[in-house]
Amino acid sequence: MKRLWMGLLLTTLALTACSKSGEEVQGKLVLTGSSTVAPLAAEIGKRFESLHPGVRVDVQSGGSSRGITDARQGLADIGMVSRALKADEQDLQAFSIAQDGVTMIVHKNNPVSALSDAQVIAIYTGKITNWKEVGGNDAPITVINKAEGRSTLELFLHYFKLENKNVKASVVIGENEQGIKTVVGNPAAIAYVSIGTAEYGTTQGVSIKLLPIGGVAASVETVRNGSFPLSRSLNLVTKTTPQGLTKKFIDFARAQDVHDIVKEQYFVPITQ
Amino acid sequence: MTSSKSNTLSRSRNDLVLVWSLRGCAALVGAIVVLIVVFLVMESLPALQHIGLARFFTDASWHPAEGLYNLAPMLWGTLFALAGSVLIATPLGILSAMFCHYYAPPRVARYYRRLIELLAGIPSVVYGFWGLVVLVPLIGSLHPPGTSLLAGIAILTIMILPTIALMADASFANVPPHYLRGAHALGLSRWGMIRGVVFPAAKSGLLTGVILATGRAIGETMAVLMVCGNVVQTPANLFEPMRTLTANIALEMAYALGDHRAALFVSGLVLMALIVVLVMAAERVSQEHVYG
Repeated sequence: MKRLWMGLLLTTLALTACSKSGEEVQGKLVLTGSSTVAPLAAEIGKRFESLHPGVRVDVQSGGSSRGITDARQGLADIGMVSRALKADEQDLQAFSIAQDGVTMIVHKNNPVSALSDAQVIAIYTGKITNWKEVGGNDAPITVINKAEGRSTLELFLHYFKLENKNVKASVVIGENEQGIKTVVGNPAAIAYVSIGTAEYGTTQGVSIKLLPIGGVAASVETVRNGSFPLSRSLNLVTKTTPQGLTKKFIDFARAQDVHDIVKEQYFVPITQ
Repeated sequence: MTSSKSNTLSRSRNDLVLVWSLRGCAALVGAIVVLIVVFLVMESLPALQHIGLARFFTDASWHPAEGLYNLAPMLWGTLFALAGSVLIATPLGILSAMFCHYYAPPRVARYYRRLIELLAGIPSVVYGFWGLVVLVPLIGSLHPPGTSLLAGIAILTIMILPTIALMADASFANVPPHYLRGAHALGLSRWGMIRGVVFPAAKSGLLTGVILATGRAIGETMAVLMVCGNVVQTPANLFEPMRTLTANIALEMAYALGDHRAALFVSGLVLMALIVVLVMAAERVSQEHVYG
């Protein structure tokens, strides 16, 4: 209830600020949603604030589902969603600000350098349980899955046409970083994480290896040119056609000016 | 205690103010607990109405996205981790306090006590991180995947050990010195004195330590989440991964909506019930054995 009032108050504030049609915009923007988009939105928000001193951008993470509900109920001016809108979410408007891919990772010392989609499915459903069945060492496979509700999980299940209850996981994780740490500590593990996070890890010398999917190498480059199949777009969503401050922020987040921030966070900038 | 007693005979204004402010504080603390329980019940009501309490223990599995809400494996996971860690940490903690108090040279005892206090002060997430990068790979090399009930028990043991050790140390210190002098006078050996005099006298303090430690072990979330593997299943052996109720809430809360969210509050409610049962059991045990 309290959050609702706060939201209303802030929206009114933002609206009144926008109606003063001057050169300088003022007010407060509230963004909530995907924990994948949140750090990016926060950085973009900081730059936006420095260009418009009268504006405050408040970014809170809490998952794509929260981004959808908050935008719909008006608790947030903009929702952050790390996937395309579903069929029952078409009442919202989505604006893509970057691309992100999900990649399979294994330990650097694992001799397996590629897995077919069918093999990944067999591993995740427990039909293949030893690396030697896919040309690796004789070691039982540690299958790392994501916790229910994460958009990485949704994207993964959707692409491989799996149901979560059929996944036979040995470890369930929350954050991407936890998945990478687990793979580093266990040479017989396989996981899927955000490409941005994984590629950042490899540049830092972390002992992981990114596996190609469908013959396409997993990298920021292949996500950018659209050839990498397991990718998603990071979106800002609004309930109505954005106006005033909200529109200004969304335009800014999609502009060339913030591509350096997008790259810094190992996402792929959109090409307009 | 004794000095304030003489003051209560002459009730001054100050006393009244003190009494009422103390009553206020007590009411506030009590109200917080009641409010939290009321909040938990209110938030879990939608799930209890839509799903029904029985299904939380009879459903096929825990897949909230597909409408399956079985909490039982996580309840077992919580209980196994709890039992394992308390069973290991209790003797270790009490024995180490005994060493510190009755056997160690004073200089060693002083530094040892500081060390234990330091152990108590380390944030749980640090334990968890250490567990994830050191302990889990170690267990994994014995028996993959490494993230397991065993790792959870080990981390929890290390975390609750200082609580038990410090409480035991404090309750040993509270044993009246003339008991010890009496025991010496009777010519008891050191171990005979500890067993026959110190333990009975310090029993309630030792028990309190164990209860506090149990509470910490139930409530611990971050460290357990990092080392236990979080697969929802009743662990069949020490090397299998499992998920505790607290880890379940922490993992899924940020992404849960509707019935899923309410079901997580039911997890909280089940945890609360677990603690109520434990406190009641502890109360019973302490009444029967300490004062009986």
